[in-house]
Amino acid sequence: MSTPLAAPDRAPAGDRATGPVATVRRLVPPGLLFALPFLVLFALFMVWPLVHGAWMSLTDTSLSAHDPSFVGLDNYAEALGDADMWQAVGNTVWFTAVSTVPLVAVALAMALLVHTGLPGQWVWRLAFFAPYLLPVGVIGLLWGWLYQPDLGLYNHLLQAAGLDGFAWLSDKDVALHAIVVATLWWTVGFNFLLFLAALQAVPDHLYEAAALDGAGAWRRLWHVTLPQLRRITGVVTVLQILASLKVFDQVYLLTKGGPDGATRPVVEYLYDVGFTGYRLGYASAISYVFFALVVLVSAVQFAAFRRREK
Amino acid sequence: MTFADLRTRPARPTVSPLPAARRARRGAQRGPNLTLGPTRTARALGLAALAVLAVIWLLPMAWAVLTAFKSEQDASDPVHWIWPQAGFTLDGFRTVIERGDLPLWMWNSFFVSAAVTLVTVAVSAAAGYAFSRTVFRGRRVLFALTIASVLVPPQMLIVPWFQQMLTLNLVDTYAAVILPQTVAPVMVFILKKHFDTIPRELEEAARLDGAGHARIFWSVMMPLSRPMLAAVSIFVFIGAWNNFLWPFVSTSDPALMTLPVGITAVKDAYGVNYAQTMASSVLAALPLVLVFVFFQRHIVKSVATTGLGGQ
Repeated sequence: MSTPLAAPDRAPAGDRATGPVATVRRLVPPGLLFALPFLVLFALFMVWPLVHGAWMSLTDTSLSAHDPSFVGLDNYAEALGDADMWQAVGNTVWFTAVSTVPLVAVALAMALLVHTGLPGQWVWRLAFFAPYLLPVGVIGLLWGWLYQPDLGLYNHLLQAAGLDGFAWLSDKDVALHAIVVATLWWTVGFNFLLFLAALQAVPDHLYEAAALDGAGAWRRLWHVTLPQLRRITGVVTVLQILASLKVFDQVYLLTKGGPDGATRPVVEYLYDVGFTGYRLGYASAISYVFFALVVLVSAVQFAAFRRREK
Repeated sequence: MTFADLRTRPARPTVSPLPAARRARRGAQRGPNLTLGPTRTARALGLAALAVLAVIWLLPMAWAVLTAFKSEQDASDPVHWIWPQAGFTLDGFRTVIERGDLPLWMWNSFFVSAAVTLVTVAVSAAAGYAFSRTVFRGRRVLFALTIASVLVPPQMLIVPWFQQMLTLNLVDTYAAVILPQTVAPVMVFILKKHFDTIPRELEEAARLDGAGHARIFWSVMMPLSRPMLAAVSIFVFIGAWNNFLWPFVSTSDPALMTLPVGITAVKDAYGVNYAQTMASSVLAALPLVLVFVFFQRHIVKSVATTGLGGQ
């Protein structure tokens, strides 16, 4: 492709082949030179940590000072029998399942409504997307306050409607779902914007043809808009599932994983084991269990996607 | 849908003298007639649904702002929970600002996010160019590795990163917070795909004039990529601004904390002062929300082009 074109710039470099810069130019292909800064960072902060983490997972490395020793697969064996870890995996999977549906469906509904061109575009977009811009620290403080059992907004509203309030974040059966609601509020705007962009890319002539055929608003929605959005819905769902599997921030800030680990996701468990329990070796093993979970889910999604594309 | 679709479609008519005329044209292009139909009931129902959703979404923010302007006593009054008995006050804001750490954390967040954005975009653009336009041994393998690493969740790397920073003696420095965040394989992929769409004819003239890769990258590709670079930069900046886990793990010195980490540390240290907590939340939320208000179109475009990660 660009091989013949690469010739002219190599010739002058050969002519004045003195000095260190010219030497580097002659020895290193220009393409590699461009990729080098990225590759260095990539090697240092992606490849090396992956390798080092894998090695640590085979040792009893600890934050408290003692020399680590090799323990083989002991950490993984321990993880398999660790009820806390399985609870964390269960919480993560449940959170992902429960959060993905509304995060895709509500985002789609918002985008469809805003795209109708009703007045107030600016306000709707601000209302739905602004929460996404809040730092998670604010999410923790704000939702902790909204969910406050005696003084929080939601229990006040429920009581005003004559209903009983909830112990939102300290009731085992409620806490994880309360976090799902906070997450929905916080991040739905992102998916909303993705859907909105996709809607704007639907060609007008499809609507015009449908209108000429006398299709009403509902039929245009069912037979034009939604089929056109099928692919983007798949992509958004895939991205959302992967994002939900990595949940940590808002859970840690709202409940610290409690009550009794009922909301603790895998990422928090690996943080707790490593940085509160000082067991970096075991935390590394859990990191790899987490990685395996992510790869597994990605593989399933990829297979499902390929089948549908065919 | 591909990036090409998103980019080649003009977002708005190029010649548009008046906002009103512009809006009218847009309305004619894809207004209610196309999707909703002209009927009044449909429009009214749509508006009602939007209004309900917007109220639900705005309520938490309104509650935060309301609390922030109350006195501590009114904020924790279980009976008069809407209207403050003692009237509104700026005490919460005053206390928080006088404490002095909030502006510091904002600065830290800004500095860290700007540095992460600058390094990430520069390094990823160069690598994207290398993978798109140059030939060298190992290029395919390296690109495949880059793509494969998109699967790696950064959360699983906090333990080895922390060990690394201990070894390099970088714990509690800006460098420790910044460096690991600058590896963004997705951005390399997005920019590579973007460079692929730029016609090669544009470089050929420069090449005939004797320009090398550096020249072509800087004087041909960069100017043509400005919108894409802006989109990627905004996206990376928002991500860094809101990043929590790694800054939280890598800093324990309050003077180095970023905004999300700092304000939560304060909550633990000062106990429950709801008005103050909400005042600091409002202040912490303000910068990015204000930026969004002024640059809404750019941010929306950035998320739309970059958010799919090149899918």
